[in-house]
Amino acid sequence: MSCDETFLEVQNLKTHFQVEKGILFKRHLGAVKAVDGVTLTLRRGEILGLVGESGCGKSTLGRTILQLIRPTEGVVLLEGESLTALQGASLRKARSAFQMVFQDPYASLNPRMTVFDALAEAMRAHRKIPGRELSGRIAALLQKVGLSPQAQRKYPHEFSGGQRQRVAIARALAVEPKLLVADEPVSALDVSIQAQIINLLARLSREMGLTMIFISHDLSVVKHISDRIAVMYLGRIVEIGPAARVIEQPLHPYTKALISAIPIPDPRREAKRARVLLPGDPPSPLNPPTGCPFHPRCLYAIPRCAEVVPLLEPFEQPSHRAACIRMKEINTIQD
Amino acid sequence: MALLTVENLCTSFHTRNGVARAVRDVSFQLERGETLGIVGESGSGKSVTCYSIMGLVPQPPGRIEGGRALFDGVDLLAISNQELNRIRGRRISMIFQDPMTSLNPFLRVGEQLIEPLLIHEKITCRAATTRALAMLNEVGLAEAEHRLNMYPHEFSGGMRQRVMIAMALITKPDILIADEPTTALDVTVQAQILELIRKMQIELGMAVILVSHDLGIVSGFCNRVMVMYAGRVMESATTEDLFYDTKHPYTRGLQKSIPALQPKGEELYTIPGMPPDLLRPLPGCPFAERCSHAVEYCVKEEITLVEVAPQHGSACLRVQKENLSV
Repeated sequence: MSCDETFLEVQNLKTHFQVEKGILFKRHLGAVKAVDGVTLTLRRGEILGLVGESGCGKSTLGRTILQLIRPTEGVVLLEGESLTALQGASLRKARSAFQMVFQDPYASLNPRMTVFDALAEAMRAHRKIPGRELSGRIAALLQKVGLSPQAQRKYPHEFSGGQRQRVAIARALAVEPKLLVADEPVSALDVSIQAQIINLLARLSREMGLTMIFISHDLSVVKHISDRIAVMYLGRIVEIGPAARVIEQPLHPYTKALISAIPIPDPRREAKRARVLLPGDPPSPLNPPTGCPFHPRCLYAIPRCAEVVPLLEPFEQPSHRAACIRMKEINTIQD
Repeated sequence: MALLTVENLCTSFHTRNGVARAVRDVSFQLERGETLGIVGESGSGKSVTCYSIMGLVPQPPGRIEGGRALFDGVDLLAISNQELNRIRGRRISMIFQDPMTSLNPFLRVGEQLIEPLLIHEKITCRAATTRALAMLNEVGLAEAEHRLNMYPHEFSGGMRQRVMIAMALITKPDILIADEPTTALDVTVQAQILELIRKMQIELGMAVILVSHDLGIVSGFCNRVMVMYAGRVMESATTEDLFYDTKHPYTRGLQKSIPALQPKGEELYTIPGMPPDLLRPLPGCPFAERCSHAVEYCVKEEITLVEVAPQHGSACLRVQKENLSV
């Protein structure tokens, strides 16, 4: 297996939610285009960071890739096999290859199940494991995520937030997946605990060759763990490229604003910094602006931005692409 | 004289499992027009400190065990609720983390906005509405007239927080206490809200206490910072000194574990272990069990905040005794 092979392929994925009002006589109000035409490829073992503000569709994209939400349109291929075409039992069988870790470890673990029960259920869902082997396997798994084997007899409430997230990660790994989608796995945790979980995910990815999609609203967290970063805005990817390049030389005006909005924990640098303050809130996905979805808040918008939907195009490097019709002008003037 | 002087504040919660000492012997001063940041992780006592000053700690289970909070010569912890009500919302206002739960969903925004004015000032409804309109314009809500008749659910998170700020500032308070005002908001909106608070602070000349878990926000926003851990003040200094002349290992650990400052590819620095259980008695330094500099006496001797440099307090025993560089 070479490292460059395409592992996950997402083609023109769209997830639209129909919005209706009324109980008996439903009126159709329109569709929320939560994910609106996303194309992506991931190599084996790669970590893709997916960032954007709330409502941009990053979580929906993650869930649609894992078929927790079925797409309206588009294809998801995992190692060449189409997940979008699978149904029922065959989909359930395929699920052992891809797992998810959720944001809130308080909500995603059953409070009435011990860690042993939770992990055993996950392990046995896909394979027959004799009862006497179970305990040993679970102990090994717990060790892998940095918990003691004694933890298996405990209930979720006996753990702190960070430990609970470790249990949630262990549960996701119980079926030995190849793809892990982590949806804001550290957002609910304290700063000093965040770093522990990020280190754990990075190490697991390295050791087990896990391919990972790391979803977060926090660019500084994503920057640290990701090989590549994709920035989403209103259901579309507006920029994608190698992590260091996206952070250091962002192409899209939205990415620029996002980076400039991150507070730097360094008073002198913070004081010197030029800030790009975006006006307004992200628009409603029910009623998105025409053309480029970002143009009403964009500092560089021209009338044409309201007319043309920009496509992802490379700039300087084939791997670094952004969707902005003024990308060339903006990025050459500034340098 | 300082605008607000808090001395030896102790607040506990008496629960079925024991007494949780949430705030232990916290003292600080706030000058007129100053911005003080209170930083700490969850459970460090930063919010309870503010709630205690504002008389918002539910009693029981909470109990103010001791201390004073002098505001303009009046001890906020000793006066009756009635007297406190004349100060709260008028001279000291507070905004909270989640603007959805702190606005009343059943009342129009306009009604909620003029309420503080009607309570604290002799003013007609019409005059109050005019003030409310001006205030909404001030906090950057377009079409203010139309907004007054809307309900909170019709607003986005950022707009709701603007309404909360308008409500808190409509009485032109001397102190604004902002408890994690941007934690529930997106980064781009967070930047807007911080900018707004800064603008209003300059306009009204008020002092601000900003409670946050994010050292990044504090670094750009505050004049002085107080770092809390397990209910205690670990370090207190000007923002510059706190970052460039750090005098407590916990502050250093917090700084080092922020991903933004670390090179990619390397293991992130982590503070080992977990914050302590507040129900346990914590002899000595509460950070000692996670501290790489800890020595024998750290777990035995009581800690106090001592001025180790001008205007710079540290509760680290080793810094105090041996001038340890962290």
